[in-house]
Amino acid sequence: MSPSPPKVVPFDLLPPTQRPYFDRFGNGLVVVLAAQGPGPSGWGAGGPPHGGAWIHIGEDGKARAFTGKVEVGQGTRTALSLVVADELRLPLSAVELTMGDTDVCPWDMGTFGSRSMPDAAQHLRLTGTAARDVLLRLAADHLGVGPGEVELVDGRARPRGKPASSAVAYGEVVKGLRRIDLVPPNTQPEPPSRWTVAGHPSPDVGSRDVVTGARRYTSDLHLPGMLHGKVLFPPTSGAKLRQVDLGPARAIPGVVAVHEGELVAVAAPTLLSAIAAVKAIRAEWEAVDQPSEREVVDYLRSHPAEGEDFWDVLHHKAGDVEAAFTRAPLSLRATYTTAYIAHAPLETHAVLAAWEEGRLTVRMGTQTPFRARDALSDALGLPPASVHVIVPPTGSGFGGKHAAELALAAARLAKAAERPVRVVYSREEEFSHAYLRPMAVIDVRSAAEKDGTLTAWEFHVLNAGSAAARPPYRVPNQKVDNQPTESPFDQGSYRALAATANNFARESHLDELAARVGADPVDFRLRQLADDRLADVLRAVARRAGWASRPSSGAARKEGTGRGIAVGLEKGGRVATFAEVRVAEDRRLEVERIVTGYECGAIVHPSNLRSQVEGGTVMALGGALFEAIHFDRGRLLNPKFSEYRVPRFRDIPAIEVLLLDRPDLPSQGGGETPLIAVAPAVANAIFDATGQRLRSLPLTPDGTVP
Amino acid sequence: MSSSSSSRGRSPAARLTVNGVDHEVALRPDRHLLYVLREELGLTGTKYGCGEGECGACKVLLDGVAVRACQTPLGEAVGHSVTTIEGLAHGEELHPVQRAFLEAGAFQCGFCTPGMIMAAAALLARNPHPTDAEVRAGLDGNLCRCGGYLRILDAVERASRPPPTRGGKR
Repeated sequence: MSPSPPKVVPFDLLPPTQRPYFDRFGNGLVVVLAAQGPGPSGWGAGGPPHGGAWIHIGEDGKARAFTGKVEVGQGTRTALSLVVADELRLPLSAVELTMGDTDVCPWDMGTFGSRSMPDAAQHLRLTGTAARDVLLRLAADHLGVGPGEVELVDGRARPRGKPASSAVAYGEVVKGLRRIDLVPPNTQPEPPSRWTVAGHPSPDVGSRDVVTGARRYTSDLHLPGMLHGKVLFPPTSGAKLRQVDLGPARAIPGVVAVHEGELVAVAAPTLLSAIAAVKAIRAEWEAVDQPSEREVVDYLRSHPAEGEDFWDVLHHKAGDVEAAFTRAPLSLRATYTTAYIAHAPLETHAVLAAWEEGRLTVRMGTQTPFRARDALSDALGLPPASVHVIVPPTGSGFGGKHAAELALAAARLAKAAERPVRVVYSREEEFSHAYLRPMAVIDVRSAAEKDGTLTAWEFHVLNAGSAAARPPYRVPNQKVDNQPTESPFDQGSYRALAATANNFARESHLDELAARVGADPVDFRLRQLADDRLADVLRAVARRAGWASRPSSGAARKEGTGRGIAVGLEKGGRVATFAEVRVAEDRRLEVERIVTGYECGAIVHPSNLRSQVEGGTVMALGGALFEAIHFDRGRLLNPKFSEYRVPRFRDIPAIEVLLLDRPDLPSQGGGETPLIAVAPAVANAIFDATGQRLRSLPLTPDGTVP
Repeated sequence: MSSSSSSRGRSPAARLTVNGVDHEVALRPDRHLLYVLREELGLTGTKYGCGEGECGACKVLLDGVAVRACQTPLGEAVGHSVTTIEGLAHGEELHPVQRAFLEAGAFQCGFCTPGMIMAAAALLARNPHPTDAEVRAGLDGNLCRCGGYLRILDAVERASRPPPTRGGKR
């Protein structure tokens, strides 16, 4: 069957001035920022044009704004809406933000890498600035005054200095219009000092539905005639299907089974019958050789891989490292590792696929809707315009929802069944078949003067990624590289993944060096930091924590308490974390207090940023202390919450968050960088309490310090 | 497991009372309360998070006591009053715990929120002024993967305060 030309063409596939904005959203004014090259962050260089934004101001006076980013719980729906409200002088309630809908939003590579604030917010702000200028001119004509004499307040335009009764609503100003303007080059958005909505306390958008249970996530959606899908997975990672008999599954009433390429899956009228059907499939698998947990470090060392995507190969060199090592009075060498861990979003992966007249609509919790659309169209042999991806509210992602395989399974099942099909992972499937945060092995070698001043730094990363691999310290001679490796499990993005591993290695190692020369860990860092903003954050945290200058203890402290500090610079954000721990006589570890200081330029949504820093600190504590996937030759051994420990109420220490607002600097993200100094701060505190240096994450898998 | 539809005629019917409304449901051993609420009654505010009683996303009230719906055989709910998140508010008037969660901004993705609110509501009904340690212990069976525990503690603390006097509001 050859696909017929689609009736609907997604906006991103049409030139900016030829999109049916007004047919979709009614008369009014549209201002468009065309797809860009790399955003202000520089991400996506070399890829297709992406990002941009558009805003429609309708006769109802509302501003409908469109971005390709999605909301998965990180709070950008409200933050980005605030930006639009700010530029257009509108109350927040008059802004409707559509996110990640591939039919009407700008193409976007995905919501990851802390790009929503530096890129999407900037694009919306530019678009809003340009829209305000057009509104001003339109309102001036309407009011019969010069554009300089109009002011915009709270969704209304009025002659400057005239009473509110002379004001005209935006809806009136744009009445009957079908006007499209492009954002002119050199548009200058408002500086943060003039923000009136953004940067101030604000409620979150759409909160009431959360507390009443009315909010519908993908896993809650239901369509008439909908079937429930289940996918057959290999028993061990990478096993190849040799033989399959779908007969016993198809014998169950109402069951549709498909076997296409690698995919074996079923759909059935109820979830229970789908589970019964997938269990009834007879399959023979051929296992491939996979390392055990004990062998995995050697495996990673002996299985280098080509770099791709964010698994980039990094080779950074400065000065002459070998000569510096030869000369140095002091050198130190150590290896640090991090475990495979799972994202474990509370809402497991969920997809609802439905076909209508040859066009596929997929509702899914994803961080990459446009990439999913493009992957689905490729795999199904359809033009991109024949696939529509919608992102309903999503029960968190943490970098774990980038893949399109489950959507493809749902699409194929729905096609075969000629009915909508919903597929939702069970918790066990989520642990076992969503990809993991990669394990990392990091070899560090440092050389220093007698007082600890760094002279050489060698940092070799295996499999973590290159983010935050380069030190924020002044070191004249450096060799930093990242080597991607093969992995016994599917691995992928995770909130601050590489930066967490690299920061753990670097900030632990720095602490070892400071202890070696008897230096105070805070002074030691301040003396060598190459970044003033980061030094400011470190000073602020040390002050709040009541840090008293002394070297970290090289032996067990009598009272069993210790304190540690670590810093990090990544994705434009600067973080410092202080940790205080107590190690009881039975060696049980308790983290008693955390102080996290964070600076990411001008703060757009203060309470949400605080929430991100608090939550990120908690999430980071899980990976620092006890989270680890256990496995044996390709089989996951702990794919349940009863076997894979994540932070609970009982694990939460006193957490203090210090936000350093810098209205003079561009806004950066806050979802990732606040995590990256937690693990080393805790490891350094354990060292201070006990004299034990722990170099592997998780630090205390059974809750005790060895 | 018996196949899905063949036993239909034999399943005894039972009356399940949810949010004050009686529903007739098939009483079958392979259906726990969560499945019936979500898949048969369309009450999707109660969430599936783990299926083994570890995350608390499926907490509902059974005669006012918080239970994990994924671990509650349907037979145990029959004859009792089930309250889900959809039934907690009185019309437009939110339950004090729902209000407190809103005021405290005590959620990020919101997926754990219904279970968290039900657990907190049951806790406060039993112990209107719990200590911080009692709240932590009472909610320890509920996971928030976004790590929003501090805000949730704040919300429960707000909800445990005496209601503000209405004098100023005329």
